[in-house]
Amino acid sequence: MRRMRSLRLKVNGDEVEVGAPDHWTLLEVLRYRLGLIGSKQGCDKGDCGACTVLVDGAPVLSCLTLAALAEGREVTTIEGLMPAHVARGGAGADPVQDAFDRCGALQCGFCQPGMMLSARALLDRTPFPTREEIQQALAGNLCRCTGYTQIFQAVEQVAAEAAGIEPAEPTWATYREAGQQPSPRARGVKGEDA
Amino acid sequence: MAARDNHGTGAPWDDAFRVVGQPLRKVDGLAKATGQALYADDVQLPGMLHAKILRSPHAHARIVSIDASAALALPGVHAVITGADLPIRYGVIPWTPDENALAVDKVRFVGDEVAAVAAVDEDTANAALDAIEVEYEPLHAFLDPREALATPEPQIHADIRGKPVRGNVSKHVELEFGDVEAALAGADLVLEGEYSFHGSTHAPIEPHCAVAQVSADGLLTLWSSTQITHYVHRALAQVLELAPERIRVIQPCLGGAFGGKSDPFALEFCVALLAQRTGRPVKMLWTREEVFYAHRGRHPMQMQYRCGAKSNGRITGVDARILIDGGSYSSFGLVTTYYSGQLLTGPYDFPSYRFDSTRVFTNKPPCGPKRGHGSVQPRFAFEVQFDEVAERLGIDPIEIRRVNFQGDDTQTVNGQRITSNGFLRCLDLVEEASGWKQRRGQLPYGRGLGVAGSMYISGTNYPVYPNDMPQAGIQLKLDRSGVVTVFTGGNDIGQGSNTVVRSIVAEELGVAYDHVRVVAADTDLCPVDLGAYSSRITFMVGNATIDACRKLRHQIVTALAEAWEVDPRRIRLMEGRAFDVEDPDRTVPTREAFQVAEARFDTLGSTGSYNTPQLGGDYRGGTIGASPAYSFTAHVVEVDVDVETGIVRVPAAWCAHDCGRALNPTLVAGQIEGSTYMGLAEALLEEHGVNRFGLHRGPSLLDYRMPTSLDVGDIHAMIVESVDPEGPYGAKEAGEGPLHGSIPALANAIHDAIGVRLRHLPFTPGTVLRALRDQGGKGEGAAVGSTAAATSKREAR
Repeated sequence: MRRMRSLRLKVNGDEVEVGAPDHWTLLEVLRYRLGLIGSKQGCDKGDCGACTVLVDGAPVLSCLTLAALAEGREVTTIEGLMPAHVARGGAGADPVQDAFDRCGALQCGFCQPGMMLSARALLDRTPFPTREEIQQALAGNLCRCTGYTQIFQAVEQVAAEAAGIEPAEPTWATYREAGQQPSPRARGVKGEDA
Repeated sequence: MAARDNHGTGAPWDDAFRVVGQPLRKVDGLAKATGQALYADDVQLPGMLHAKILRSPHAHARIVSIDASAALALPGVHAVITGADLPIRYGVIPWTPDENALAVDKVRFVGDEVAAVAAVDEDTANAALDAIEVEYEPLHAFLDPREALATPEPQIHADIRGKPVRGNVSKHVELEFGDVEAALAGADLVLEGEYSFHGSTHAPIEPHCAVAQVSADGLLTLWSSTQITHYVHRALAQVLELAPERIRVIQPCLGGAFGGKSDPFALEFCVALLAQRTGRPVKMLWTREEVFYAHRGRHPMQMQYRCGAKSNGRITGVDARILIDGGSYSSFGLVTTYYSGQLLTGPYDFPSYRFDSTRVFTNKPPCGPKRGHGSVQPRFAFEVQFDEVAERLGIDPIEIRRVNFQGDDTQTVNGQRITSNGFLRCLDLVEEASGWKQRRGQLPYGRGLGVAGSMYISGTNYPVYPNDMPQAGIQLKLDRSGVVTVFTGGNDIGQGSNTVVRSIVAEELGVAYDHVRVVAADTDLCPVDLGAYSSRITFMVGNATIDACRKLRHQIVTALAEAWEVDPRRIRLMEGRAFDVEDPDRTVPTREAFQVAEARFDTLGSTGSYNTPQLGGDYRGGTIGASPAYSFTAHVVEVDVDVETGIVRVPAAWCAHDCGRALNPTLVAGQIEGSTYMGLAEALLEEHGVNRFGLHRGPSLLDYRMPTSLDVGDIHAMIVESVDPEGPYGAKEAGEGPLHGSIPALANAIHDAIGVRLRHLPFTPGTVLRALRDQGGKGEGAAVGSTAAATSKREAR
């Protein structure tokens, strides 16, 4: 009842040939055939964005993309960012990955491969985005941990550093030495004075 | 608490911290950033089968028969199991085991698990589910908690642990501290109001997933997206009737939890049994829809509050009556019922207090612990009523919260010990940062500011199952290379608890931050920790880590002092080096110091632990909600209400949170921001509910309207450090407290903006429009959807 298909894909710069059921999505082929488990499945119906990969440089929901439709196109997954950065003469992780780590944007980290690829695509076409442009570009990627603040800061930090500008301070602040308040009275259970 | 558990609040080597307090990277940050981090569904084993669960289409029904023969006959299907295969009941709270991995005799909600199959692939498993024949005899389904309370038959649970259940009541708690009626009679103002909190769910982006493998000699290994490895370990042993030493539970990276992965779940038992039955590894990954049905989210509550106050704003007494919709199983419900009352007694001084909370079973997805377990709903009701008290008495809402401040180093009316308390500083900060004095009540119609305060526990001394062993354990291993490996049973669910452990080790042993490796949440490798719930890990595991480090530190210092022939008090271990403080030229890398110590004492390692002191009131339930330290929070929320559409926007929110000491301020800020976001989201956009058939109203991430990056305003996180006497270096919790006040502050801001009191969540555009229509504009102070009766004695006289 199931038909198999042989696929020729270009993933993170490598030409690969892989067999998979006809109806498999790009996400399934990436995760369960190619072992590229960095792309995540959060909903399998295009709602959450955790499966976002770049196809010809543009963010695409790989859970809604039949694998066959990616043939002949350039697919970039989260695993491809660091090698590409190193190939361009950089060291370590892509600046987006590095800034997400430094800014606290990775809490559980599950949505972030998709989020970082959306951010990478944004910065590739708009090197110095406004806050609104960042919000627009990431609107297809749900994050449940951060409330997005540290994600926005991370993207802005990458842009600032690439432009040689001092990044803005984070919006949070620490207040040390809180005044210790005298206790009005110590009291026991049941409302009686101890 | 043993003396060894109290480590002081200062830096270990001199006045300054080297690692603690720095905004350092997370231990797993780059692995997560580059896609290397392994989550449960990333576990792929050779020969692995895929499992699926058949779920009930009925909200309440007796199972007449199950015929799985056609499913078993399908090519590629390896096993089918039903409730008869897993008859032993379990439950995360040992007093209320009322769950079966697969339904036995009856189903209790749409989505209740009935049968599970293991097949060669997911498609075949799904086809097998379609081939299972189940005959049901539908029963009356309770979808309204009031009906469930009033109607004893049919019972959703007849008995739990051999004890008959009273009607459909899951738990009832009634406690009174002081004479509330007298206190209210002596008040100048008594306000009475009804409030309700709807259901909301955690919706972590990672769906639940478990993988089981059984070795040829019968050892079961389970990888699961759980936030409490230890309880899964215990529950597996109990339900599978397998000795605990035959089971290993591993929590890989976890893609969000927020309380929603605290219970043992059907999939864990099913993959384990299916792996035993087939001799092959078995994986089950739930769909997003299944995650919504698995739920264990925020309990809907219907709340009546009475609050009495003197004309100067001082509270005289608070009286609460709460009906809790528990859904179909007990889950943590015993604790929820206590928490709904026990956690309200700060940061304000209640001279008297009473609560009467009843949790009932209904035929809906089971509720459980969601971030701010049990106390977010009462906090909403109380803070909204308290705001109205301020309004009626003509007192500034921030000022009335100052007037009632309970202080630090005190005890609450229900016997909870308060240590450090930075609440006043929190109030000052949000007042100033939001421009409260200049802007509140002065903004144009439709815009407004609201405030709320709250407190939350840093762990609890109620260890879920009674025992005298430590709540948290740590093991350290020192390597000649200079690497320190820490083994912790703590569950890092994204909040960064493994990073906290790493920071403390680097601080205490003076090793470079990246020389510390953390191995966590693997029951074979790590000492027991009770897991990620009740905001306990930083406090408890942090103290256990300091304990373990100080034992090793003593050996290293002793060995080096002997080798250098100096007084041990002259030795320092800092920033990757050991040195003589009186002769700083005498220095070696910590690696060499380790080698000297290893030569002197043999292979180096240590253990550490933490247990809570005796806490809580001397009455039944007095230890539930008793915590070694409480965090305190103040929120100011700004709203912009569109009176044409009823849409409420939050352009800005300020949250000042007293976490004792921020061991890593980036992570603390992330918890404050994420909590505030989550509270505002459930108040404005999200609703977890079922229709009249018990079907979920929208079990997808499109219909369950979580905010996107376009829906959030500016969240200003302010970290207040009150330095707790017992927390690790003074630290308290940060992961749950900063959610509480965001919701009532929002409600109070809406009142400032348009003059209506919203007492019933969620604040959808329809609710807001109805409220506006019913009272006709700003300044009327009318209630919506309920009556708020006020009696003012001054006026009566």
